[in-house]
Amino acid sequence: MSPLFLFLSFVALLSALGVVFAKNPVHSVLFLILTFFSLSGHYLLLNAQFLAAVNIIVYAGAIMVLFLFVIMFLNLNVDTEPHKPALAKIAAAVAGGSLLLILVAALKDVRPTGVPAGTAFNSQIGMVDQLGMRLYTDFLLPFELASVLFLVAMVGAVMLGKRETGERNF
Amino acid sequence: MLELPALGWQSIVIFVVFALSLLIATYCTYAERVIAAFLQDRVGPDRAGPYGLLQPLADAVKMFTKEEFFPGGANKALFVFGPCLAMITALMSSAVIPFGNNMSFGNNAFFLQGIEVNIGMLWIFGVVSLGVYGVMIGGWASNNKFSLLGAVRAASQNISYELAMGMALIAVLMMSGTLSLREITLQQSVAGEWQFWNIVKQPLGFIIFLVCAFAETNRTPFDLPECETELVGGYHTEYSSMKLGLYLFSEYVNIFVVSAVMSVLYFGGFNFPYQYELRDWLVSNHDWTLASAQNLITILGTVGLFAKIFAFIFFFMWVRWTLPRFRYDQLMRLGWTILIPLAVFNILLTGGLILFGVIQ
Repeated sequence: MSPLFLFLSFVALLSALGVVFAKNPVHSVLFLILTFFSLSGHYLLLNAQFLAAVNIIVYAGAIMVLFLFVIMFLNLNVDTEPHKPALAKIAAAVAGGSLLLILVAALKDVRPTGVPAGTAFNSQIGMVDQLGMRLYTDFLLPFELASVLFLVAMVGAVMLGKRETGERNF
Repeated sequence: MLELPALGWQSIVIFVVFALSLLIATYCTYAERVIAAFLQDRVGPDRAGPYGLLQPLADAVKMFTKEEFFPGGANKALFVFGPCLAMITALMSSAVIPFGNNMSFGNNAFFLQGIEVNIGMLWIFGVVSLGVYGVMIGGWASNNKFSLLGAVRAASQNISYELAMGMALIAVLMMSGTLSLREITLQQSVAGEWQFWNIVKQPLGFIIFLVCAFAETNRTPFDLPECETELVGGYHTEYSSMKLGLYLFSEYVNIFVVSAVMSVLYFGGFNFPYQYELRDWLVSNHDWTLASAQNLITILGTVGLFAKIFAFIFFFMWVRWTLPRFRYDQLMRLGWTILIPLAVFNILLTGGLILFGVIQ
């Protein structure tokens, strides 16, 4: 394991913990952005430059900005934080714990096998042109289906944001 | 094909680019005042040094020695972090810009570019999209309603204009077939061929990109996040001393970077007309070696690129002192209902022209 990998993993885990434990929601969002950055670093180590850049642009650059936007408007303070009932806390702990158990059980026997014998490892596979070629030839149908999904989401967002008849915003 | 440059050269190039960005940003503050004075028929700064050339230094001394003020109830860590982030993101994007072609001394060859990656354009786009955090965090941490409004305006404005900007870039990508800024530059001038700069092939895309660049750098007519007639000072209302200085400074660094990007993408980057003819003429008529002739071309190209950048910076300032500020709803309407459909149309048009072989 390279030192860079260890460092990135350390940052990723630490900032992910920060997301959960930060009292202030704005701090949580900033920790989440840091987590995305360290994940992008991992993608770079895996030679997936395109994925790294897109992760930054889409998650850190767009989605988290909107997150921050909403949280700033809500103006959540420590005093106004709603106190959840004990039952909800217990239920959340049980649900999260069982998820952890399943993940550990599923992953405990995993061994890194490397590239299967007989297939040449292509180090350029994460580059933009290779990825594009793959997406538009071998995976065309799933790719187009995903774009239909996006279209539906976009139409839905436009419908929600549409001005009702007679309503004026300015 | 040249070998990749050793780290030694790269770090020198990065250091020089870093110093140049700061120097140019410093003198942008001076240029802004001189151009404002020229456009408004005033004298402008002329006290500090000959022609007021030491004015940026005087400003820096003022900024550094002013009282540092923390508003009550402010989130101190984030209040300091905001301007730092604005400056970091502004300086980061110049790493992938090719400021010149290759130079060679003996066996050492190097590019006048920080890092040559095949995702150069995505890097720029990613860093630009991060630029809004500095403003948002600073505005929120100030604990002031005007700052918060400025921050929220900055966020929504940047997200809206990023879309059109990205789609204008896609049209360039469709022609170039590469994300590397160096490749895109080299494609705009091929030896022995009649090759046009991208502005000829992408006039509409360039205009969209230019308008979005104004919005992304928060320059007039789109400087709504710091609109003083409505929001006192916008996101930096509560800032003083060098923290305010960093915000103002990062704006000029951003202008420099975005001018460099526009020069590279649309105006041929470090290419200039008849460069190959000049090189061959030097080699055949004046007994220059090919390497030294190439070095001269590279230096001239870098000078040319900076001339293009300065022309764009002047344009930014010219527009600032010419056009009045937009209203916020006008800004949003321009972004969503005019620029984005235009950018989509531009993509379709480019695709059609490529399909029928009109361009490349």
